[in-house]
Amino acid sequence: MSSSSALLGKRSATEPGSPVLVVEDLRTRIHTPRGDLQAVDGISFSLGRGETLGIVGESGSGKSVLGRTIMGLYTDGPVTTVTGRVTIAGKDVHALSAKELRSLWGADVGMVFQDPMTALNPVKKAGVHLTESLRRHRGMNRSQARARAEELLNLVGIPEPRRRLDQYPHELSGGMRQRVVIAMALANEPALLIADEPTTALDVTVQKQILDLLARLQGELGMAMVLISHNLGVVAGRADRVAVMYAGRVIEMADAATLFEAPHHPYTEALLAAIPRLHQPPHVRLEAIDGAPPNMIAPPVGCRFAPRCRYAQDDCSQVLPVLDPAAVDGVATPGHSFACHHPVNGGRH
Amino acid sequence: MAGSGTLHLRPEGDQILSVEELVVEFPAGGHTVHAVSGISFDVLDGETLGILGESGCGKSSAGRAVMQLPPPTSGSVRLGEDELTGLNDQAVRKRRARMQMIFQDPVSSLNPRRKVKDLVAEGPRIWGTEVTREQIESVLSAVGLEPAAVWDRRPHELSGGQCQRICIARALMLDPRVLICDEPVSSLDVSVQAQILNLLEETKKRYGLSMVFIAHDLAVVKNISDRIMVMYLGKVCEVLPAGRLADRALHPYTRLLLESVPEATPAGGSPDTGTQRFTGELPSPLNPPSGCRFRTRCPLATEECTTIEPQLREVGDGHYLACHNSGPGAAVA
Ligand SMILES: Nc1ncnc2c1ncn2[C@@H]1O[C@H](COP(=O)(O)OP(=O)(O)OP(=O)(O)O)[C@@H](O)[C@H]1O
Ligand SMILES: Nc1ncnc2c1ncn2[C@@H]1O[C@H](COP(=O)(O)OP(=O)(O)O)[C@@H](O)[C@H]1O
Ligand code: SF4
Ligand code: SF4
Ligand SMILES: [Mg+2]
Ligand SMILES: [Mg+2]
Repeated sequence: MSSSSALLGKRSATEPGSPVLVVEDLRTRIHTPRGDLQAVDGISFSLGRGETLGIVGESGSGKSVLGRTIMGLYTDGPVTTVTGRVTIAGKDVHALSAKELRSLWGADVGMVFQDPMTALNPVKKAGVHLTESLRRHRGMNRSQARARAEELLNLVGIPEPRRRLDQYPHELSGGMRQRVVIAMALANEPALLIADEPTTALDVTVQKQILDLLARLQGELGMAMVLISHNLGVVAGRADRVAVMYAGRVIEMADAATLFEAPHHPYTEALLAAIPRLHQPPHVRLEAIDGAPPNMIAPPVGCRFAPRCRYAQDDCSQVLPVLDPAAVDGVATPGHSFACHHPVNGGRH
Repeated sequence: MAGSGTLHLRPEGDQILSVEELVVEFPAGGHTVHAVSGISFDVLDGETLGILGESGCGKSSAGRAVMQLPPPTSGSVRLGEDELTGLNDQAVRKRRARMQMIFQDPVSSLNPRRKVKDLVAEGPRIWGTEVTREQIESVLSAVGLEPAAVWDRRPHELSGGQCQRICIARALMLDPRVLICDEPVSSLDVSVQAQILNLLEETKKRYGLSMVFIAHDLAVVKNISDRIMVMYLGKVCEVLPAGRLADRALHPYTRLLLESVPEATPAGGSPDTGTQRFTGELPSPLNPPSGCRFRTRCPLATEECTTIEPQLREVGDGHYLACHNSGPGAAVA
């Protein structure tokens, strides 16, 4: 693998120490024929250079809507209502014009989605996807862009990069396509990478290769990364901090080791207990969570997990718990917060 | 064509399902897709066989060929005493009823226009058998659904987990001996996945079923299986008791799968080991590698692996391995 030192030339516009991404009380309401749906319901966090935030949660919990709202792909308009604020590299995303947004996407923030084909044009060669962006955003001429595209494919671990530049997406395997998409996302050394289920469509062996690749590039380029996955294992060992979403809200956030070791929220605890483990003997009964996530058009009053929670008491279905900092035995545990009236593992607010 | 051998087949006795030298090929523009290349396996009465492997290795093709949907290119499939291959459609359908299949995408495998009560009764009705309301209610309860709550609903009004319960109920109505489950929980969230895995385990006991459980998730397969068969590119690599999967597996491909699993633990699943010992992706089934099909990605590959196809040999109690260079008695390792 070649060194990526050539890529380290450009530094992000962010001041050292100031966060790359700030999300403040973000709310995304989607208007559907069946009624309004609060897909993202009051989320706040910030992310510094080189930091990875993992976002986990079950299907429909709002992970993708959150990612897309951060990107400015969901905006305040006739189909969606967005309130709150998103700041990327000092820019207020939802105050940008369409033109400024396109330049933000090309230069400050890269994105990788579950299906690489959504990002690739089937009638364009792999190389063209890269050179177009390099020429537009970096003002390179044709041969400079091609040389750089080859370098990028090499960087993402594609063998014989020169030959691959002239191949069409359908001539590449799924893992190879995702590598091309990652190369596109990184072409302009963004300050922030948003990866929404980047390995969900891939086999476990290729998944590991792609996750290793993302971690290595992130380290080398000093990017901040939001890594979204329904699979808790994917973010374990890859994210510095993890946020768990349920029904549009972050219900717990902590550094990764703490979250997996001693979660305070009953949902996080239940989610971890439901996963079959390789070290368990065959035929152990799994701890399923009864019921299903709530209908987001008419979510329950109070704690949204209450109908499925084994610790629920009367106050749970009346008062919505908010995400507050945690403490254990009266001592604050920095970086750990949860939203629950009756926390587990000794957690208190 | 040589498969990976038949040494792992058990002596005639309690088999409910016996599959020998199964070959599934598809024509592809003048070429041939070698989806399954001569695999054999058996399932004993009451046993669950897990079939593990990555996408495209031929798991679904094998499952469908066992169901004769469509029949395999060659090979034999016996359900109890009945040979299924070589029969006419009518005869196959009658016998196959004792073997039912559950699929990955529960919502799209159900007719969207039918109500739950009719979806569940559909199988027996096709055979001209009357179904009572009590029978439907009882099978719905058995799969953990409240009959009154779902009775008149259609698939799109149910969650993925509920639809999978309906699929299981439909299968049970035909009084099967064997359930073939092809990635039955792969599209479900972990909380619901656990519900369905528990349900399959209970159902198996209650109805005295045997199961073939196809999936790519190692921990899921281990949880539900008695015995596991690992496939790579249409061949069998390793067959072992489920309890041995995590720490006793020997085949370099099985080891690669184990090393790749991201586990949700404080230390973190499959951390970057720095050294990429294994590289590459599944080669094309249009033109599979000679000798051992895993050799293009295998760190232990030697000259022998390109010319001689490894056959399964016994390496432990109920443990069989097809590899020249790993396990007891191997040349290298
Ligand atoms: N364009 C849309 N129109 C209507 N509803 C939508 C739209 N996009 C998302 N939703 C709804 O918003 C909620 C959150 O969806 P989102 O896609 O963010 O979930 P997710 O956590 O990413 O799930 P998954 O794990 O399945 O990707 C869901 O109830 C979903 O059905
Ligand atoms: N109907 C078909 N026509 C042509 N090729 C097929 C067909 N079904 C499966 N294949 C090919 O056969 C191989 C095995 O596929 P499959 O059995 O679906 O694998 P798995 O279930 O293990 O993912 C793959 O290369 C697949 O593309
Ligand atoms: S607030 Fe109550 S219902 Fe919600 S998670 Fe905590 S204990 Fe359970
Ligand atoms: S050592 Fe040879 S036979 Fe064994 S898995 Fe590797 S390539 Fe195949
Ligand atoms: Mg999503
Ligand atoms: Mg399949």
